[in-house]
Amino acid sequence: MLRYFLKRLGGAIPTLFIIVTLSFLLIRIAPGGPFDQEKSLPPQILANLQSAYGLDQPLWVQYTRYLRSLLHGDFGPSFRYKDFTVTELIGQGLPVTAEIGAAALILALTLGMLVGILAALRHDRPADYTLMTLAVAGIAVPSFVVLPLLGLLFGIYVHWLPVAGWEPGSMRHLILPIVTLTLPPLAYVARLTRASFLDVLQRPFIRTAFAMGLPMRVVILRHALRPALIPVAGYLAPAVASIMTGSLVVESIAGLPGVGRYLVQGALNRDYTLVLGMVVLYSAILVGMGLLVDLLYAWLDPRIRFER
Amino acid sequence: MTETLWGTARRRLLANRGARISLGIIVALVALTVMGPWLNPNRVETLDWSFVAADPGFVHAHWFGTDRLGRDLYVRTLAGARVSMIVGLVASAVSLSLGLMYGAIAGYVGGRTDDVMMRIVEILGGLPLIFFVIFLTVVFGRNEYLLFVSIGAVGWLTLARIVRGQALSIRRQEYIEAAIASGAGTARIICTHVLPNVIGPVIVYATLTVPQIILLESFLSFLGLGIQEPRASLGTLIAEGAGEMEAAPWILLAPGAFLTLLLVCLNIFGDRLRDAFDAGTRR
Repeated sequence: MLRYFLKRLGGAIPTLFIIVTLSFLLIRIAPGGPFDQEKSLPPQILANLQSAYGLDQPLWVQYTRYLRSLLHGDFGPSFRYKDFTVTELIGQGLPVTAEIGAAALILALTLGMLVGILAALRHDRPADYTLMTLAVAGIAVPSFVVLPLLGLLFGIYVHWLPVAGWEPGSMRHLILPIVTLTLPPLAYVARLTRASFLDVLQRPFIRTAFAMGLPMRVVILRHALRPALIPVAGYLAPAVASIMTGSLVVESIAGLPGVGRYLVQGALNRDYTLVLGMVVLYSAILVGMGLLVDLLYAWLDPRIRFER
Repeated sequence: MTETLWGTARRRLLANRGARISLGIIVALVALTVMGPWLNPNRVETLDWSFVAADPGFVHAHWFGTDRLGRDLYVRTLAGARVSMIVGLVASAVSLSLGLMYGAIAGYVGGRTDDVMMRIVEILGGLPLIFFVIFLTVVFGRNEYLLFVSIGAVGWLTLARIVRGQALSIRRQEYIEAAIASGAGTARIICTHVLPNVIGPVIVYATLTVPQIILLESFLSFLGLGIQEPRASLGTLIAEGAGEMEAAPWILLAPGAFLTLLLVCLNIFGDRLRDAFDAGTRR
């Protein structure tokens, strides 16, 4: 198990390194500098700015310097939010994003698996069709339509929940964003679970279990559930990606001070270091999720563990 | 052989009610997008100052109402839908051609080339590609052609995997052997024998990338990183509407409903189409 983990880790670290390097190079070869503005700056000020940010150094010096500071958790200064480092901005935003993201992920996984199992047990009956049609809608309807509609419904027409805004510690402001983030992965997990459950239920060992006279509940919980969850575990990393992508719009619409909103603002302002830092952060999270998924696989399916 | 495959697929597809309904709605939406603007006297750029943020109604033929600047929403929604659809089709074509070439080479050549090429796809597939697209817009500025390319560059990964799988199985067929025996080069075999034979099933999967790409484009435009004013796509219209929804919800509802309907139908139709071709997944 440990060897397997180390092997996967050995694959993940170069991936991350390549991402950081490519992103860094892309930003440096981009046309136009970070200090391009409507009015061009006096050359002396420009030179001062460039040396303050270390941009007058040769490329490889900048690169090694960036790598070294990354290893210390330092993403460098933000070009647009003066007086803030990217690390500080991430430190402010990440807890908010992590809170709504984790809530959405847990809800999507548990509810999604429940719905999927329910649909599989009612296979080819009205309940199955209804749930799966809803799931297609859940996948297809974009979050930037869902959230404003929910806001219109629950915030403006019936006044149950705030449309947007954020107060520290206030759950009420987070409900609509969390629901919006939950829907697409929930629908996807439900579809995956249903398909893999139907698949597993046809296997010989399940037939044997039924033939032995075990009750439905025992067959499902003890025998069918674990192999049926393997595809769902594989969806974990895409689910996190989907939630992180969704958090960009959700935070922007609802006005939550999370990293997604900083990324959008950074992109609109062409804040190079902020966007670079965000891309590195998001990639690290995703690569980490990929590792976690591999471990989950190995736990769910012993064949993978012993393969190599 | 091919005839019957397509024949049974068509029969299965048309036997499915969901497929028929969604196809009907897609055709209707496309027809509306192409011809709809002529049915209405209002033009996209016209500002009607006597009807600013007006309710939907029949006065001045503002069927879906108007926005903050008095622009007619019916015409604007259809114009936005046209942009979204064109982006969806062009970017899908970009990903289709990329995926076809890449997958065919990897699958046909095989061996170490295949390992390396598929490892690259695997790595890219693990990346947050939407952030990569956003990153590109930051680096190169907001440019619509770049938008096509970068969105298309995101969509090709799955297609490359599918094409490779197909090409792997085609590699062992007798006609390939015959082509090699008659002295055809690798490039020639890929172009004249492998590609034509994988393209059928692949186009089926490509129909599923169209809604994904439309969604991605609207997403970027919604955030202000895609299509720029004065041009509009469904995403920019929805963003505009979301800001005005308290006073004038129809500015959100018109493009939102159009996009939702389009995406749901494209997804259902793509799913059914894939099922119709793929007997294995039919239950």
